[in-house]
Amino acid sequence: MLTASRSSSSAALRSASGRIRAFATVADPPVRRYGGLKDQDRIFTNAYCRHDHGLKGAKSRGDWHRTKDILAKGDSWIIDTIKASGLRGRGGAGFPSGLKWSFMNKPNWQADKRPRYLVVNADEGEPGTCKDREILRGDPHKLVEGCLVAGRGMNANAAYIYIRGEFIQEANHLEQAIAEAYKDGLLGPNSCGSGYAFDVYVHRGAGAYICGEETALIESLEGKQGKPRLKPPFPADVGLFGCPTTVANVETVAVAPTICRRGAPWFAGFGRDRNQGTKLFCISGHVNNPCVIEEEMSIPLRELVEKHCGGVRGGWDNLLGIIPGGCSVPVLPIKKCEEVLMDYDSLKDAQSGLGTGAVIVMDKSTDIIAAIARFSSFYKHESCGQCTPCREGTTWMMNMMNRMVEGRGHRREIDMLLELTKQVEGRTICALGDAAAWPIQGLMRHFRPEVEARIDAFRAQHGNVAFGGLLASEVDDTHAVPDNLGVRLPVEAPGAV
Amino acid sequence: MFARLLPRRLPRLSPLSSRPISTTVPKRSDALFIHRDTTYNNPQIAFKFNPQNLKRAEEIISHYPPQYKKAAVIPLLDLGQRQNKGWTSISVMNYVAEILELPPMRVYEVATFYTMFNREPIGTNFVQVCTTTPCMLMGSTDILKTTCAHLGGLKPGETTKDGKFTVIEVECQGACSNAPMMAINDDFYEDLTTETTKAILDAFSRGEKPKPGPQSSRQTSENSAGLTALTSKPYGPGEFCLPEFQ
Repeated sequence: MLTASRSSSSAALRSASGRIRAFATVADPPVRRYGGLKDQDRIFTNAYCRHDHGLKGAKSRGDWHRTKDILAKGDSWIIDTIKASGLRGRGGAGFPSGLKWSFMNKPNWQADKRPRYLVVNADEGEPGTCKDREILRGDPHKLVEGCLVAGRGMNANAAYIYIRGEFIQEANHLEQAIAEAYKDGLLGPNSCGSGYAFDVYVHRGAGAYICGEETALIESLEGKQGKPRLKPPFPADVGLFGCPTTVANVETVAVAPTICRRGAPWFAGFGRDRNQGTKLFCISGHVNNPCVIEEEMSIPLRELVEKHCGGVRGGWDNLLGIIPGGCSVPVLPIKKCEEVLMDYDSLKDAQSGLGTGAVIVMDKSTDIIAAIARFSSFYKHESCGQCTPCREGTTWMMNMMNRMVEGRGHRREIDMLLELTKQVEGRTICALGDAAAWPIQGLMRHFRPEVEARIDAFRAQHGNVAFGGLLASEVDDTHAVPDNLGVRLPVEAPGAV
Repeated sequence: MFARLLPRRLPRLSPLSSRPISTTVPKRSDALFIHRDTTYNNPQIAFKFNPQNLKRAEEIISHYPPQYKKAAVIPLLDLGQRQNKGWTSISVMNYVAEILELPPMRVYEVATFYTMFNREPIGTNFVQVCTTTPCMLMGSTDILKTTCAHLGGLKPGETTKDGKFTVIEVECQGACSNAPMMAINDDFYEDLTTETTKAILDAFSRGEKPKPGPQSSRQTSENSAGLTALTSKPYGPGEFCLPEFQ
């Protein structure tokens, strides 16, 4: 493609000037700065619950405004608008939403008489993430209207909103919004007077992080244990109750009506190419004023932290590292935090990920090994136990990480631990195994010297440590001790491995 | 979850004079997966929804296709747990199975999988302290310690003698910008300090219910030093919309 364009441009030059130019020079595109979203471009105008979350308040903030006309535009218009807006799934994976929704409308889909479902994933449980909560309690009508618009786009008959069981207040606000919408004729057999029949139901979960995975969520919604299914068949073919289903995050669905009303170019005007739009970021940890904030995609991480959260505690130089996208993505050291932009591609290039946009800031007072070890315990607790690599691997990772916190181990065990994470990663049905592996890999990638120093300190105090945390001083040589425990391995000089 | 608090089990070769050929350390899980009949939890204890909950149950079941009544198992167990003083006894599970025409085992499977179903009795106030990393960074370890000490030296998972409080350690509750937090019964108490934690627990032990939400000066999850966004009046219907939707 590059060569083709180059030859055609040189051909054009040749015809224009009659001379041959060897290299095309490309002018640098103007530098564009991201961030600094204005209030008029914020979608979730009641994120802080300062206004009425009920129907009256929602209508005064522009929700349910001419929804009938959006529905009347038809399914392909809605999907094309979402495609053109560049919206990518806000739940973590970042799959283009318009494309995903279009899988529901296969050629000749009308011949399939099965009901069709939209399932909204409000099982927000990723540590660090608290954005959907603000939508659910502040702007529930945006979500309900989003269900209708997205449901119309994929020709769904009903939407189930799977909300995590702990969110009682949020579920109440949502139930209230749905009841009001039914009463006002916005939902039901003749939604908004468009002749389109659509129902929205709330389903409360019961505390399982794994149910945030789309097939596990479907299983859970069907009243079973939340254990992910193998794909294919994909939910768009066989999903909830064996019917075509699309699972989408709360934020993805809730922004759809506003995109339709304000136009795809408006939404696509924010953020870098392929990372367009606005996004709710939730910042937690060691910042002066942690908060949830809707900002433009591709805002520099440093600006996000300094502008909206009052900066890192003790100043930017006191920063140790930032986890930019919830517990499943690797940590970034300060050097990278200075340069990354908060979008899918920039963070991927920095060997991390945008995830859910949950920024966990850690200053220099943090015991980073303990922080990551806590994630390992979290994954051990939340592994559903279906796939052996994850079920056993998360336990091993937790045990090893807990030893690393003390330093009770051998330097070679760092590599063993990394190998273990590689054995879990990609060998499980869902991404929980990968998610458990990545924080540890990120820790070792950027903070390995700290782990090694701790191991050395422990060794200096307690003598040789064998693999598995066994102290050499506790070994009774009169017994047959396996010779592969590394009990008598010589002390290695730092950096010798 | 509590495994972290148990003494760490490390393979240790003890200098015993007689050593068994092989020993296996018993694996302890934090969750209880077996049922043993006790005086307070056995299938003979009758459980039925009260008329109000029965009506609610019928409404919940109507949300799902008639051939998939099973989908209502989690909401009905939750309803049953609420009626049964906050815990799911074997009778609750059996009753839900009966309503949904399921083999009881299908309900037991679900009740043991999800962490919000307590299969042992709990105190009137169920204190769930979040200790996952974002809360941990903000000092949830102190909050947990304070809570346990303030309630008379409990360990996580235990109930006070008067039956007023049960404390457990939970994983992320999804209020990370308001860390550290704990949930008492259905309400979130956020932005905690050791002082506010004690004050909340004292209020509950007096039978009061303090105001849920952030215990600091802020209202929800906004910047505590003043809003950095959403300071102007929200735009109204049709504003900034495409001409066809104005």
